[in-house]
Amino acid sequence: MKNFFRILFLITLFVGFQYNSNAAEKIEYLKTDWSFKGLFGKFDRASLQRGYQVYTEVCSSCHSMKYLSYRNLAEKGGPEFTEVQAKAIAASFEVTDGPNADGDMFTRPGKLSDKFVMPYENTKAAQAANGGAYPPDMSVLVKARGGGVDYIYSLLQGYEDPPSGVTLDDGVYYNKFMYGNKIKMANQLSDGLVEYGDGTNSTVEQMSKDVTTFLMWAAEPHLESRHRMGFKAIVYLIILTILVYFSMKKIWSGIKTEV
Amino acid sequence: MSDHEYTPKSNFGKWFNDRLPLLTLANHLTDYPTPKNLNYWWTFGGILTFCLITQIVTGLVLAMHYIAHADMAFDSVEHIMRDVNYGWLIRYIHANGASMFFLAVYIHIFRSLFYGSYKAPREIIWIIGIIIYLLMMAAAFMGYVLPWGQMSFWGATVITNLFSAIPFVGEGIVTWLWGGYSVDNPTLTRFFTLHYLIPFLILGLVVLHIWALHVPGNNNPVGIDVKKPSKDTVPFHPYIVIKDGFALLMFMIVFAFFVFYSPNILGHADNYIEADPLVTPAHIVPEWYLLPFYAILRSVPDKLLGVVAMLSAIFILAALPWLDTSKIRSAVFRPLYRQFYWILVADVLILGYVGAMPAEGLYLLIARVATAYYFLHFLVVLPLLGYKEKTLPIPLSITEPVLGGSPNLATAKNDERLNK
Repeated sequence: MKNFFRILFLITLFVGFQYNSNAAEKIEYLKTDWSFKGLFGKFDRASLQRGYQVYTEVCSSCHSMKYLSYRNLAEKGGPEFTEVQAKAIAASFEVTDGPNADGDMFTRPGKLSDKFVMPYENTKAAQAANGGAYPPDMSVLVKARGGGVDYIYSLLQGYEDPPSGVTLDDGVYYNKFMYGNKIKMANQLSDGLVEYGDGTNSTVEQMSKDVTTFLMWAAEPHLESRHRMGFKAIVYLIILTILVYFSMKKIWSGIKTEV
Repeated sequence: MSDHEYTPKSNFGKWFNDRLPLLTLANHLTDYPTPKNLNYWWTFGGILTFCLITQIVTGLVLAMHYIAHADMAFDSVEHIMRDVNYGWLIRYIHANGASMFFLAVYIHIFRSLFYGSYKAPREIIWIIGIIIYLLMMAAAFMGYVLPWGQMSFWGATVITNLFSAIPFVGEGIVTWLWGGYSVDNPTLTRFFTLHYLIPFLILGLVVLHIWALHVPGNNNPVGIDVKKPSKDTVPFHPYIVIKDGFALLMFMIVFAFFVFYSPNILGHADNYIEADPLVTPAHIVPEWYLLPFYAILRSVPDKLLGVVAMLSAIFILAALPWLDTSKIRSAVFRPLYRQFYWILVADVLILGYVGAMPAEGLYLLIARVATAYYFLHFLVVLPLLGYKEKTLPIPLSITEPVLGGSPNLATAKNDERLNK
């Protein structure tokens, strides 16, 4: 048993080490309570729905979300819009389809099975419209940035006037959480920018939190079932381990040695 | 033990077993006499077998949904994560399974180093193990390329470029490896093919590894030869089976925590950005399990010598049975070696740490010292220790802790006879 704890200790060390080396660049991000963290973490439905609203009204004019479909909005573990609502959301977008029998492309209202409509035809068009910078696709953005949700949440609130001595080119902005502090996206959020349907006060902080929650779900749509299954799997393993431990003690009881 | 020995009863069973004794193979596996004093460090062989099977099974399912094409690989991985039933689970098990595999293999290797399991008569087991470890690194590296994220692409570029250090033919070899003039679709498809092939090679080598083990039997913490079967041994089943099972379950709990609660902590965030040949990431770092060797590579200023140093760091392990001149296996009875052993462990951990840091200033200096020490340990310390070290007296057998034995049963018996 003594050895066993040594092994456990080493594994803990290793994990700690890993955490540490990942957080090599020490930046203090703004903190907030995320409902989806922890053993039983779940998304806050209302926050996801508000976050979707922020995304459509603000972000989606430049940022695509190419891996999401409108049907996802009604799926379990997500914003859980009703199917009627999700259909209405889909139908509010014009989707290019085709070619039809005459060989022509045509537009039609969106359906649940359609992917989120992209703001630009292609990367080049996106760059041309944004001074050479490409607004990244947001589907897995949270997982593609070192600080994850805390980073995105902080970045949205991190715009400041540049300190003296820092000169910014045209179309470049100062953000204290951005790597190198220079960002090509202007500050997008201001208090009251979005009018929330549920009457929540749309402060910059609230909108940042909501849209970041939405992005987390977009990147990890199965997070809730992962947490649920993880808890069951680990409880099952622990019980089985205890049973096997006592079986082992019984089997080895006739042998004089340390197990 | 032979009271529960299985013999086929049916006529077909007898007929079959006479021609291929597969049915009675289990008798060998259940009776296999195992030293009874094996501690938990010895459970990692079973754990590693579990890791290999897990990787093969999850990998097969992933391969059914994955598309090995530069334009579609990233999309197909996201398709697996979102739309394939339990695809997220299978992919996270496979991705974290690679890390768990290496965690277990490092413990397995360092156990062998501590208890001298590589020494005669187990040199072949050890060398097969080193080949398995090399193949694991190749498989892991190519697997990391498949999602076609930024780290995949740039990692592949850095590692394949190492071959350009070979004089005269280097550039040609790199072009040949890539299947073009840069890492691109042909590189991806061949990496996928090899990534699919290597686990089965490893499986074959694991069979040889276990076969070779079953000739002399297990080493043990005391490091002396044991009579088999005797009071010093227990049959593999049920004693070792249940103990390995218990340890495996504990390991699976740790594994499950990674898969379900922090599935991306061991990966690099940049790999969720689709590969872009025009944008180089700020820091290109390999997966954690390759970091010590990456540190050795970067600590040498010359490219060719760096590659030579990195490869030597791995291949030097194969020569270990002959570099270590001590007759005593277990570090328990080698007070000096024990201290050098822990220094080596610290040295490798330090190399891993600086491997993740930028190669400049203090980090580079530490990397150089640690690299020098790594080679010093194997090339100078180990050969000298065998002659200089005053070892402690070792027991004659596991059950009879009479001091004054020898690691080799034959010599021990000889001594006993002479003393009479």
